[in-house]
Amino acid sequence: MAEKHVDEISGVSTTGHEWDGIRELNNPMPRWWVYTFYATILWAIGYCVVYPSIPLLTENTKGTSGFSSRASLTAEMDAAKAAQKATLDKIAATPVGDIAKDKTLLEFAVAGGASAFKNNCAQCHGSGAAGGMGFPNLNDNDWLWGGKVEDIYTTLTHGIRYAGDADTRSSEMPAFADVLQPEQIKQVAAYVVSLTGKPSDTALVEPGKQVFAENCAACHGDNAQGNREFGAPNLADAIWLKVKGEEQIAAQVSHPKHGVMPAWGARLGDATVKQLAVYVHQLGGGEQ
Amino acid sequence: MNYTIETILIGVGVFLAVLGAAFAQDSLFQAHMGVLAISLAIGFILMLRRINFAPAGAGTAALVGGAPSESEYFDEVVRYGVIATVFWGVVGFLVGVVVALQLAFPDLNIEPYLNFGRLRPLHTSAVIFAFGGNALIATSFYVVQRTCRARLFGGSLGWFVFWGYQLFIVMAATGYVLGVTQGREYAEPEWYVDLWITIVWVAYLLTFLGTILKRKEPHIYVANWFYLSFIVTIAMLHVVNNLAIPVSFLGSKSYSLFSGVQDALTQWWYGHNAVGFFLTAGFLGMMYYFVPKQAGRPVYSYRLSIIHFWALIFMYIWAGPHHLHYTALPDWAQTLGMVFSVMLWMPSWGGMINGLMTLSGAWDKIRTDPIIRMMIIAIAFYGMSTFEGPMMSIKAVNSLSHYTEWTIGHVHSGALGWVGMITFGAVYYLVPKLWGRERLYSLRMVNWHFWLATLGIVIYAAVLWVAGIQQGLMWREYDSNGFLVYSFAESVKAMFPYYVLRAVGGALYLVGGFVMAYNVYMTIRGYQRNEAPIAGSVPVLQPAE
Repeated sequence: MAEKHVDEISGVSTTGHEWDGIRELNNPMPRWWVYTFYATILWAIGYCVVYPSIPLLTENTKGTSGFSSRASLTAEMDAAKAAQKATLDKIAATPVGDIAKDKTLLEFAVAGGASAFKNNCAQCHGSGAAGGMGFPNLNDNDWLWGGKVEDIYTTLTHGIRYAGDADTRSSEMPAFADVLQPEQIKQVAAYVVSLTGKPSDTALVEPGKQVFAENCAACHGDNAQGNREFGAPNLADAIWLKVKGEEQIAAQVSHPKHGVMPAWGARLGDATVKQLAVYVHQLGGGEQ
Repeated sequence: MNYTIETILIGVGVFLAVLGAAFAQDSLFQAHMGVLAISLAIGFILMLRRINFAPAGAGTAALVGGAPSESEYFDEVVRYGVIATVFWGVVGFLVGVVVALQLAFPDLNIEPYLNFGRLRPLHTSAVIFAFGGNALIATSFYVVQRTCRARLFGGSLGWFVFWGYQLFIVMAATGYVLGVTQGREYAEPEWYVDLWITIVWVAYLLTFLGTILKRKEPHIYVANWFYLSFIVTIAMLHVVNNLAIPVSFLGSKSYSLFSGVQDALTQWWYGHNAVGFFLTAGFLGMMYYFVPKQAGRPVYSYRLSIIHFWALIFMYIWAGPHHLHYTALPDWAQTLGMVFSVMLWMPSWGGMINGLMTLSGAWDKIRTDPIIRMMIIAIAFYGMSTFEGPMMSIKAVNSLSHYTEWTIGHVHSGALGWVGMITFGAVYYLVPKLWGRERLYSLRMVNWHFWLATLGIVIYAAVLWVAGIQQGLMWREYDSNGFLVYSFAESVKAMFPYYVLRAVGGALYLVGGFVMAYNVYMTIRGYQRNEAPIAGSVPVLQPAE
């Protein structure tokens, strides 16, 4: 088969072999291809000299640069920490209520708080801090445990009903199914709804007012305006945390559900919690 | 032919599968053995119906068209393989579109059987192993016989390879949906399916190698080097990566022999060379036969084919560690993975040059022959993704691209562009020849397929470049105070429009697949569509012999 054979179209000789009609031209390899291939090989050798590359019996070659990805990561992390250190130290030393007085500290705390919020708080409170059923909206001025930056800071540090923190904010609404008659619970639910200006069955509202005064006002206040000392919600502002409508309110009165928020102080560190408090405080509802 | 022994063996297989289900140690194994028993029982019944109970030698030849003589090529199995390729291709693309939509619209996850976690391996295995694997087996059987001028070695062993491989596909696919997986990317099937495919693969190797050994040509054609390197290397990769100890011989769970970073490295040594030898070397074998045949031109350079073949197979095997940049993998291994990947650039491009330049003297066919157009765009995408790959293996680039959608875009420009398109070209070449038709049902539909698929790939790849780079930049963006600007969830949310567009690109590719399936079906049925010939293409489809 290896007879001389020249391809007529290109004028290039073939190898003389033929498989099922396929021949192969005797073209040389393109020079640019060969030289680029050599160049990549030379570059590879050079790279292996500079960087750790060849495994030996017990160790590997370290390379002339002495590069190590662990060391390089550590250096980058150290640099990032060093860049923030001065400001962080200052925040640590400043009472949380005074941070907003220093414009640089405020700007830093809001940026840091926003970053920490997205990774730690947004899961429950939403990325815009607008909350949802069972998770308070942090943009408004309706606060369960207080809206001053110090209050928010305390809530963040110790959490709410969080078993792992001795200083956690704690309160529990009793299950009124054990105390009141079902009819009374219906009445008080109707009364609570009527407080927000919604039409309700007046036949229920009047006795409900009585039930409220005797059983609920101690915590929620005479006018149902809430009490931050116990985290008792304002019931007259048409902002509902856990329930909506008379039926759900009645269920909550009978067998209350209680939310839990973790204590972030130990987990994130004091400086980050301060930044979070400042961030949440300036979202819109913070009190002076 | 009388497949008595084979039929009995399948019957025994049904019995053993039923026993396996009866004594199974876990419910998944029980269900999976049930699937196996049903699959084998269908095969058993079909085989029984073919058995000729007449005395030996009497009339057996007349029944199935006569025992093939040694001078004839064994093409029946190739015909089955081509049909399986088209079928699994459409299935794989369809599942791909489904998982793409699941990413954009999570409500489409149907728990537990049809959630993303189970459908994703179904998609990857369907396109790589079912579509790609069948294409490789079918074309390698076709090519090796013709370039060796010898009938396929091993008699009906070719049938065992084909049907054994389909059984592997069915077992792998049903396993994923049931939840049987070893959680190794592209090697998800559990130990018993792994053992089965090993047996099938050895039979494949014997068939292929046997044919080469009894060849009537003095030299081995370059396509066969590539096919052989693919078969041998995949066997080695598969066996080592799947070394595992089953919890029970009647249970679906096994534990890998490797752990920690060694496990990761073994997995990516396998994973990257599944790309290198399954999706590259095997399909280069396809290219080296079908491009010169369709173009009617000689291969551009014999010397280039030798050098780039040996360089490619020597270097690919080291490139796996680039999947583990910036992980617990020691720095020296990361360095080697990266430099070998960069050195791979030219060996890969050698194949591209040889493919493209084979058209010299016949460039006009790009205008007139949609099949050539398909093959050329395949080679162009091969060149593009084998440049992109080495670039992404460079650590500085990888620190941006790793774990982002860019990687998925890269894989798909190789898979849809190179693997898919070169396979479509080979299918369009093969179907009229295998079924003795004058031409395809419609060449214009090939052109439609070409544009649908090309547009689909371009949308897919471009969208995921933008998505991946945006994702990478969002993950690393710091503000002036040194805080991360975005949370991870925000980067997920930002992907939504890209995910939708990606599904659109994939859907275009899928529609192209349907067009091909219809065209192939009508060609096999013997129809010719009455259509205007493509300008300048008269006479249609005349590969110069």
